[in-house]
Amino acid sequence: MLEIRNLHVAIGDTPILAGIDLEVKAGEVHAIMGPNGSGKSTLAQVLAGREGYTVTAGSVRYLGQDLLALEPEARARAGVFLAFQYPLEIPGVANVQLLRTALNSVRRARGEPELDAMDFLDAVKAKLALLGMDEGFLYRAVNEGFSGGEKKRNEILQMAVLEPRLAILDETDSGLDIDALKTVAHGVNALKHPQRAVILVTHYQRLLNYIVPDRVHVLAAGRIVRSGDASLALELEDKGYAWLTHDAESQPTPAESRP
Amino acid sequence: MNHAEVSRADERNPELASRVADEYRWGFVTDIEQETVPRELNEDIVRLISARKNEPEFMLEWRLRAYRHWLTMREPTWSSVHHPPIDYQAIHYYAAPKTRTQPKDLSEVDPELLRTYEKLGIPLQEREALAGVAVDAVFDSVSVATTFKDKLERLGIIFCSFSEAVQKHPELVRAYLGSVVPYTDNYFATLNSAVFSDGSFVYVPKGVRCPMELSTYFRINARNSGQFERTLIVADEGAYVSYLEGCTAPMRDENQLHAAVVELVALADARIKYSTVQNWYPGDREGRGGIYNFVTKRGDCRGDRAHISWTQVETGSAITWKYPSCILTGNDSVGEFYSVALTNHHQQADTGTKMIHIGRNTRSTIVSKGISAGSGSNAYRGLVKVLPSAANARNHTQCDSLLMSDHCAAHTFPYIEVKNASATVEHEATTSKIGDDQLFYLRSRGLSEEDAVNLIVNGFCKEVFRELPMEFAVEAQKLLAVSLEGAIG
Ligand SMILES: Nc1ncnc2c1ncn2[C@@H]1O[C@H](COP(=O)(O)OP(=O)(O)O)[C@@H](O)[C@H]1O
Ligand SMILES: [Mg+2]
Repeated sequence: MLEIRNLHVAIGDTPILAGIDLEVKAGEVHAIMGPNGSGKSTLAQVLAGREGYTVTAGSVRYLGQDLLALEPEARARAGVFLAFQYPLEIPGVANVQLLRTALNSVRRARGEPELDAMDFLDAVKAKLALLGMDEGFLYRAVNEGFSGGEKKRNEILQMAVLEPRLAILDETDSGLDIDALKTVAHGVNALKHPQRAVILVTHYQRLLNYIVPDRVHVLAAGRIVRSGDASLALELEDKGYAWLTHDAESQPTPAESRP
Repeated sequence: MNHAEVSRADERNPELASRVADEYRWGFVTDIEQETVPRELNEDIVRLISARKNEPEFMLEWRLRAYRHWLTMREPTWSSVHHPPIDYQAIHYYAAPKTRTQPKDLSEVDPELLRTYEKLGIPLQEREALAGVAVDAVFDSVSVATTFKDKLERLGIIFCSFSEAVQKHPELVRAYLGSVVPYTDNYFATLNSAVFSDGSFVYVPKGVRCPMELSTYFRINARNSGQFERTLIVADEGAYVSYLEGCTAPMRDENQLHAAVVELVALADARIKYSTVQNWYPGDREGRGGIYNFVTKRGDCRGDRAHISWTQVETGSAITWKYPSCILTGNDSVGEFYSVALTNHHQQADTGTKMIHIGRNTRSTIVSKGISAGSGSNAYRGLVKVLPSAANARNHTQCDSLLMSDHCAAHTFPYIEVKNASATVEHEATTSKIGDDQLFYLRSRGLSEEDAVNLIVNGFCKEVFRELPMEFAVEAQKLLAVSLEGAIG
């Protein structure tokens, strides 16, 4: 589904990602872990199409297409979804309005008819129920005045409504209490499907108690320094990142490895 | 009519018109014959207009007093808008479609005119009537058709053209004309008082709630014809009326002056809601052409507990100079001003409001949303004045600016004068630039950049849009979307 080959990314003249290789197959859940500043969000944002990053080498293929050639909205319509680490506030725009505009954009691209207001509301209410979320959420302005936990749950609601093929969650578990964490896990588990894949960017193994990943990767200084199965997350919980980060530092730095 | 001459309305450069018409959807010119008076301004022209309209003596006298006063005045220079000098002698002060008599129903109306309104989407026909809108359509200077009149008449509501009101209800016109905006008020209002050709008149009797939105569409068509509309709305004690004003104009290569006056009078316990969506031709991308819109709009809450709200969405005109205001005379009266003003390309808007607190416990609310794109310049100018008599007066002003590009500008000029220590006056102002992060967030949900911009702008304008009647709010959103195409940068 997703093949990342030798991806190098810089912000201005500063290299951030230094050769990422990652393959995610349909039906899989991958966890990407790593210390702060290792490049996890950069990877997630590049996959979603954020401007301001320069891809200096490498390629990303998604469902047979060159993902990097697509505009952000084209990626979304092709089924890529990013749950933001820091979701944005859109003052005055009701959640329900954004959800409906987004879903209909995606449906049009899939060749499906747009939903009218009633059908849409039924569909959204089913998702709210699934996530145990309050209907009041729909009528609040997008993320405006939301607590950290509410913002994260709102990302999961958007994901549930849009039903993406590839969901990337950037630290959606950070700063959540146990109930909110369960909501997130529930949303992800409900999305699981042989035709879909999930990339969980996380800092802690806590979320992985609820969502069992097929693969765990450790990102350090812009490259994947270790990959393994779910047990790697537990090992990291015990030992921290230092032993792996040390490995990373003993290798050439990203700047030196640039072509 | 020895001065009358006939000119054709479509003497424009067809190539330019077709090029720009693509961008300004309403930029077409109606091909009908126009009856106009010579381009000049003097007492004879004032007399001619009055005679042409068969006005009673008091009207002519009032016009002449205004004209003589105007000769002593100078064009104001205090606003932030810039334009080449206006030659007041080079304007046709009267232009009417050349039909002999007032049409009695739609079948008598020039079909070319009706097609024009159709293109504008004005609901004149029965099917639109079902939507509950009564239309007094103004084509250049003369009202062409009025619908729903009978139904309104049964309730004692008068809704007609100004000319008709002068003929049929001279006592009401005489009692209220100039009682809110005197003919001496300001340069443009004084000019209007001397030469105004037509407009709308509304009277809602005591205790009557007008059951439908009353609506007027203005349209400027004749070449070089200034538009001097005059609207007078009176809500008697306990009455309610909601009035909609929508405007479009065909593409023009020359600037056209528009100097309208709107007067609202709300007696005790009456409420007037006045909504405007204005999308006159703003000029082309280089800033050529477009309407000069110098308008005086003022409401008087003359009785206790009277309530007047102005809601405006301004996307058109090359220059907008407009300050809908409320005089809060009655105790416990309420004034409100909700405004969205958008400027793109080289448009200039200098708009705002005045709230004059005179009565006790008077309250006013101002919500102003300015959107600047391209090289547009947007100024909010507001005056909140609390007189010594206005014990416990309260005002809240919120003034937000949204910048869409790096070359546009927003200015805020709040003037506050408080002469009563028990008053509370609050002013909040924000300026924000539309954020790349916000746009990316929305695009990553599948929205096109255009949809993302529109969503953010609509959110920004929400407090104003929700004051508009439903259909009007939808139209306003579409209008903003059209006006903002390609505005990010
Ligand atoms: N806009 C930026 N300009 C310069 N450096 C940046 C910018 N954004 C992130 N970085 C740097 O890129 C590196 C990776 O950041 P990020 O991808 O956010 O890491 P993570 O999500 O793993 O914490 C960090 O060293 C960070 O300081
Ligand atoms: Mg991060």
